[in-house]
Amino acid sequence: MEFLAPADLGDAVAAKAAHPDAVPIMGGTDVMVELNFDRRRPELLLDLGRVPELREWDRDGDRIRLGAAVSYSRVIAELSGVLPGLAMASRTVGSPQIRNRGSIGGNLGAASPAGDAHPALLAAAAEVELTSVRGVRRVPIDDFFLGVKRHAGAPDELITAVWIGAATGPQQFSKVGTRNAMVIAVCSFGLALHPGSAQVRTGIGSAAPTPRRAAAAETFVNAALQDGNLWHSRDVLAESLLTEFARRVTAAAAPIDDVRGTADYRRRALGVLARRCLQWAWTDYRSGSVG
Amino acid sequence: MRVELTVNGEPLLADDVWEGESLLYLLRERLGLPGSKNACEQGECGSCTVYLDGVTVCACLVAAGQAAGRQVVTVEGLTDRMTEPAALHPIQQAFLDAGAVQCGFCTPGLLVATHDLLARLPAPTDEQVRESLAGNLCRCTGYEKILDAVRLAAGRLAADASGGHGRNAAGPKPGDQR
Repeated sequence: MEFLAPADLGDAVAAKAAHPDAVPIMGGTDVMVELNFDRRRPELLLDLGRVPELREWDRDGDRIRLGAAVSYSRVIAELSGVLPGLAMASRTVGSPQIRNRGSIGGNLGAASPAGDAHPALLAAAAEVELTSVRGVRRVPIDDFFLGVKRHAGAPDELITAVWIGAATGPQQFSKVGTRNAMVIAVCSFGLALHPGSAQVRTGIGSAAPTPRRAAAAETFVNAALQDGNLWHSRDVLAESLLTEFARRVTAAAAPIDDVRGTADYRRRALGVLARRCLQWAWTDYRSGSVG
Repeated sequence: MRVELTVNGEPLLADDVWEGESLLYLLRERLGLPGSKNACEQGECGSCTVYLDGVTVCACLVAAGQAAGRQVVTVEGLTDRMTEPAALHPIQQAFLDAGAVQCGFCTPGLLVATHDLLARLPAPTDEQVRESLAGNLCRCTGYEKILDAVRLAAGRLAADASGGHGRNAAGPKPGDQR
């Protein structure tokens, strides 16, 4: 095995071009487990921990460019105001030690169906920035996840950043697990209200081969909010609206039975999470709070 | 490959490090620092918690090469080694006094995690203690004695800080490197 630790982004991208099979490693919270348990023996480990460009975030108008190596701890400490949904999801990751090392870019690179950041990124309409020697492109998060642990990045590309709009409305994230820490989601759900465009967006985690939106649930709730003039009146949501929204979120999932839970349990729990997240976010919206 | 790093204030190096090995293996098997414990090797248990550049991490999830040129502080670095025999850190003494150590395997990680907690929050609430130590599993104590130890340590450190002449009043502490 080889170990490369490029000192800047140019070198990192050149290394990935020269060694497309290289396994990028940032916080190591996924990659090192695979190495420690002999599940993976890459020819080359590409340490991105010394690339300063990846550790920065900045704001460009109403969007945040979040460097791929920014840790969960830093999202919580520095960005909970503008990225409330992602910060909520970040708080549920592992433990302090894991949040100090794990990064949003690493979560995307692993592309696990259970990745905690993914529902929040789906709900916020994030874009993933991919960089190679050929150039830089941005992939909408809706098109990023291709299958279990597979994503849209090409072999010579590195995930360099995530672009996320600063919240313009309340956001929520909720996750089911056996305890309050060190939990891989049994299922999870993220939701963001976008009052400017009168849209609700969603993200389902750990209940399908990839993280995914609940498109039919969004279509339904967007129409119901529009038809009832609810964005303007900020009235309470009808019981029937919440129930139908939860039903459609459940219908959008395609869970499996595994060690963490059964498909039936996941469907049931996901409906509960969806209903609660919408109710919580709408309660915040009614009280006029952003984020 | 060769890895050079600073551990507990001392520059160290190891040769013939395998590129895929962890900082934990490097510390325990090559640098003679077995204080950090190897239990789960997947970041679940916190027994290998160390400081890496002032931030707590699971040493089993850091590739050895990623620690090159960095500052590492392990449980061995919590003691005041300027004295002979080395004086226990007040947090270590509190764990002993409170009976928070049974088999002892989780203790080094809990000590480092508690050290980090009390450096950030000198008077934490029980909820903050639970949240901060959520990544450190103990299968013996049921955690009550560990919570007692953290409260005891917080009280003693606060008394030391206000009283001026405690066991820990003189000399650099690992937290100073943060």
